Amino acid sequence: MEEILALAKKAAEEAEVYMVTSEETPVHFESNRLKNIQYKQSQSVALRIIKNGKIGYATSTSIKNAQQLVDNAVATAGFGMKAEFQFPATMTFPEVAVFDAAVEKVSLEKMTQLGAELIGKITGYSPEVICEGGVTKDLYHLVIINSRGGKTDFKQSIFSLGIEGQRIRGTDMLFVGDYESSCHPILKTDEIVKTTIRQLELAKNTAKVASKPMSVIFAPDGVTSSLVLPLISAFNGKTVLEGASPIGKKLGEKVFDNNLTLKDNPLIPYNTGSRQCDDECVPCQVTPLITKGVVNNFLYDLQTAARAKTISTGNGQRQGGLPSPSPHAFVISPGHISYDDMVKSIDEGIIIEQLLGAGQGNMLGGDFSGNVLLGFKIEKGEIVGRVKDTMVSGNVYQLLKDITAIGSDNKWVNGFLNTPSICCSNVSVASR
Amino acid sequence: MKGKLKLLMTDLQNIGQQMAEILKKQNADYIEAHLEESQFSSISYRGKQLESITKTTSVGGNVRALVKGGWGFVSFNDLTGMEDKVAMAVKQARFIGKETSQFYESKPVIEDVVAKIKENPALIPLSEKKQLLDEYNNAIWCTSGIQTSNLGYGDTNKKTIFLNSSGSFITQERADVSIRAVAVAAKDGEVQQAGLSEGSRDDFRPIRKLHQDIRQLAQRAVDMLKVPTLKGGEYTVVLDPILAGVFVHEAFGHLSESDFVYENAQLKEIMTLGKVFGGPHLNIIDSASRPGLRGSFKYDDEGTRSTKTYLIREGKLTGRLHSRETAAKMNEKPTGNARAINYRYPPIVRMTNTYIEAGECAFEDMIADIKDGVYAKNWYGGQTSMEMFTFSSGETYRIHNGKIAEMVRPVMLSGNVFNTLMNIDAIGNDLGMHQGGGCGKGGQSPLPVSDGSPHIRIQKCLVGGK
Repeated sequence: MEEILALAKKAAEEAEVYMVTSEETPVHFESNRLKNIQYKQSQSVALRIIKNGKIGYATSTSIKNAQQLVDNAVATAGFGMKAEFQFPATMTFPEVAVFDAAVEKVSLEKMTQLGAELIGKITGYSPEVICEGGVTKDLYHLVIINSRGGKTDFKQSIFSLGIEGQRIRGTDMLFVGDYESSCHPILKTDEIVKTTIRQLELAKNTAKVASKPMSVIFAPDGVTSSLVLPLISAFNGKTVLEGASPIGKKLGEKVFDNNLTLKDNPLIPYNTGSRQCDDECVPCQVTPLITKGVVNNFLYDLQTAARAKTISTGNGQRQGGLPSPSPHAFVISPGHISYDDMVKSIDEGIIIEQLLGAGQGNMLGGDFSGNVLLGFKIEKGEIVGRVKDTMVSGNVYQLLKDITAIGSDNKWVNGFLNTPSICCSNVSVASR
Repeated sequence: MKGKLKLLMTDLQNIGQQMAEILKKQNADYIEAHLEESQFSSISYRGKQLESITKTTSVGGNVRALVKGGWGFVSFNDLTGMEDKVAMAVKQARFIGKETSQFYESKPVIEDVVAKIKENPALIPLSEKKQLLDEYNNAIWCTSGIQTSNLGYGDTNKKTIFLNSSGSFITQERADVSIRAVAVAAKDGEVQQAGLSEGSRDDFRPIRKLHQDIRQLAQRAVDMLKVPTLKGGEYTVVLDPILAGVFVHEAFGHLSESDFVYENAQLKEIMTLGKVFGGPHLNIIDSASRPGLRGSFKYDDEGTRSTKTYLIREGKLTGRLHSRETAAKMNEKPTGNARAINYRYPPIVRMTNTYIEAGECAFEDMIADIKDGVYAKNWYGGQTSMEMFTFSSGETYRIHNGKIAEMVRPVMLSGNVFNTLMNIDAIGNDLGMHQGGGCGKGGQSPLPVSDGSPHIRIQKCLVGGK
């Protein structure tokens, strides 16, 4: 890496070398039995340079051919965007624990046993369910060095456990399941089993739904699949800079319900969304986005922050290309009402656990629309059965402006979103 | 120069030869290896500004081993220590293998498949590509009312080597190019967007001619702000070839992938060959052997020759998509549909070029007797859970008394595949293939595919709305 940096410094004013290596071991189950074990070694090195004031960028899977990498970056810099930032000279970062050596030591035997246990308990409850699942351990190592002396080097361990059960009767298909991840090994299957069996139990009967506006409880997974995508794009500093975010000009204004508080928090120990710095060596921080309904901040990387005349919030993340603002871990503050009481308070409504296809509509404007993949009907405060052939649509800004209730049942979804159940009234529901 | 790929791959050829020797020595029911070299370049704009230009080179490979029904898989960027990698894959497979391996045996193939490249996008100078994209971005921004835009371009040159323990050694190459443009219009706090995606295989030329399309999409985004939202409910819906292609891919295509079916007794029952899925006018095909499309190839990632498979013929289920494992387990023939997005993943059953065959109905006749319906055009996205599907239009109109009438905001169509296929009551004579698609499954996305259809009419289709 030092060699690449040295070569790049000869060819350009500034340079940054980013290298990520990972070793991932997924154990995969299919049709209720062990199907395959994989080991994936991968390496990627990315060079970002500033030459004649412009950004150049190239990546490779090998660090051997340093000259080619530099040449490629130089070629792109001829056409690149004007660099408005400087690489940070940072070498100290907030302490956040994201590595547990125990993850690597979990044996294949233990991993296969966890998978078998998950499947055994679920098929034990309902023998007609066919399960697919995975137990994965992942070791991730990130190093960044830049020409201003900035440097970071840290390791993260990730362990995950997930299952999807499928129940088919005639042409009726039901999908249930849950997923957990942590920087610690997850050696207990209880939570996932409990959630999955509860879903199966509630889905025993099918309930009719009328086509009309009604109360909808977005369970934590439902919040993720229905409501969060528009917020990610609205709080992205780049969307704001372009004037395309509906909340871009509303900093300090109350846009959402009094009880809604949202933060980006990458500093929670051993959460998979946590880290000490972003992909450009900027220290990570807790960024309040909504406090009691008021818009507080937007998320920035270095370049976007410079263009918007503000500072990076440490949210420069790479998805294969140049860094771009992206949240690490969204946390929505819990409310005071329990999930059960929330259900009891509804005369007629539905619960959404999974919505299919919600990211397809006019996301930027906050619209969402989807088919209820897993959801339940509430009648007179009781869950009476599963909902099918039902579409739900609405606008996130309208719904979150006037929330009926926020639950106290916070749950992590995919290590990225920590949210309680959220209840909204007058949501448009169409069913056949 | 124009007809050649940019990659030389001399090292990989040598490693391939070494690997062939290593595979011979191993004790497994079956082993295969993939080696791959690719170069990718991308240019993207956000708003009026060019946002990034990048170049990526990638070299890697994998080994997959089968022992007593269990699979081991090792993928790598590090090209040293091949013997250890093969041994590890075999060890993993042995660790879980407890049954008898079922894998369709086929004769070894040794072939060097050369791409028929008309104009290689990777050889066009960066300055020329940027000039063209500047023109496209200007085409968006010369429309008044545009708030922001996204324009993304990417091209790939890729060479792969496939070899297995039966003695196959196949090299293949391809050049891909894709472009996506999204224009976002905003007014009075409301936002609407319109998009376009186009792709091409081994030929840059189709990418040069999009000026008018892009101008139109920008105007459409602006126009969409002024139009009402459709009321949700059941409608008679006519789909254009692009959206109908997405529908056939999402709603039916995924269901015909045998890896969902082969070890699932209930799903097997649903997907019994001969079962009626639609009217006698309905024919659905998947064909990688149709040349020059994004999902076309000669051999799949298990070395099986590509085929043309009738999934539905005259309304009845007649075929399904197979890998060598699913074919053996279902006692059918492989169809050449085992594909991996790259060397980091094992091949799984995937679609290639999937389409509804042309029928006889002219478009005018199809809408003639619709009193109150919806004409949904263009594509925004689609997702499926086998029984249920959702897909969304990019452009939507009302149909009144047999005529295309006013524009409404884009809609999401959703339903149950079994009812919906039955409810297709007219199939047009104007088959069109859409080359802009990328498919995702099992964490592998986007895989180059194409899909297509003539115009189709669906009765009682569920449309989301206010």
